[in-house]
Amino acid sequence: MEFLPGLERWFHLMAGVMWIGLLYYFNFVQVAAVKAATADNTAAGITKHVAPRALLFFRYAALVTWLTGAALLGSHFVDAFTFKHGYALIGMGSWMATIMFVNVWTLIWQNQKKILGIVPATDEEKTKARRVAFLASRTNTMLSIGMLFFMAAGAHSGQFGF
Amino acid sequence: MQNPLDSLWGTVISGFILTLVLFVVVTKFIGV
Repeated sequence: MEFLPGLERWFHLMAGVMWIGLLYYFNFVQVAAVKAATADNTAAGITKHVAPRALLFFRYAALVTWLTGAALLGSHFVDAFTFKHGYALIGMGSWMATIMFVNVWTLIWQNQKKILGIVPATDEEKTKARRVAFLASRTNTMLSIGMLFFMAAGAHSGQFGF
Repeated sequence: MQNPLDSLWGTVISGFILTLVLFVVVTKFIGV
């Protein structure tokens, strides 16, 4: 089973590209697009047809990324999360990715269900949910910058001068 | 004070600053 770590890394990268790609789509494209579309009454096209599909792939890509990342750490899982010598860089990346993963399935998805009408919510609850989901998504965008740095530095420390 | 996360570029700049801070924490205080 020597090919297994390679397979895990391949799937980790594919799922990670989908997760962070959709995160950047939400933050760099969709937020501004919905604002503009709301002004000319065409936002339903995005909120009804695009957002639910994007969120489906977004949250499951996050799950696959985290699981394959944990599998890649393997027996060094605890070493990374406790910043053991030699594992501090990947450990910091792992902590940031884990916070982001929890954010996706709790703050973002639970509030998006209210916003998209998947679970019933009053207008007041929807307004609050919109703000919490937005800030959680922006927090993940902010964290992703450092997370990608520490993931890359952890796996290719020589290129970063460590 | 305005929340930097309300602005897209505020979010990106915050991300770079946070990365720098965490980089210093990891290299100077935790140890690579």
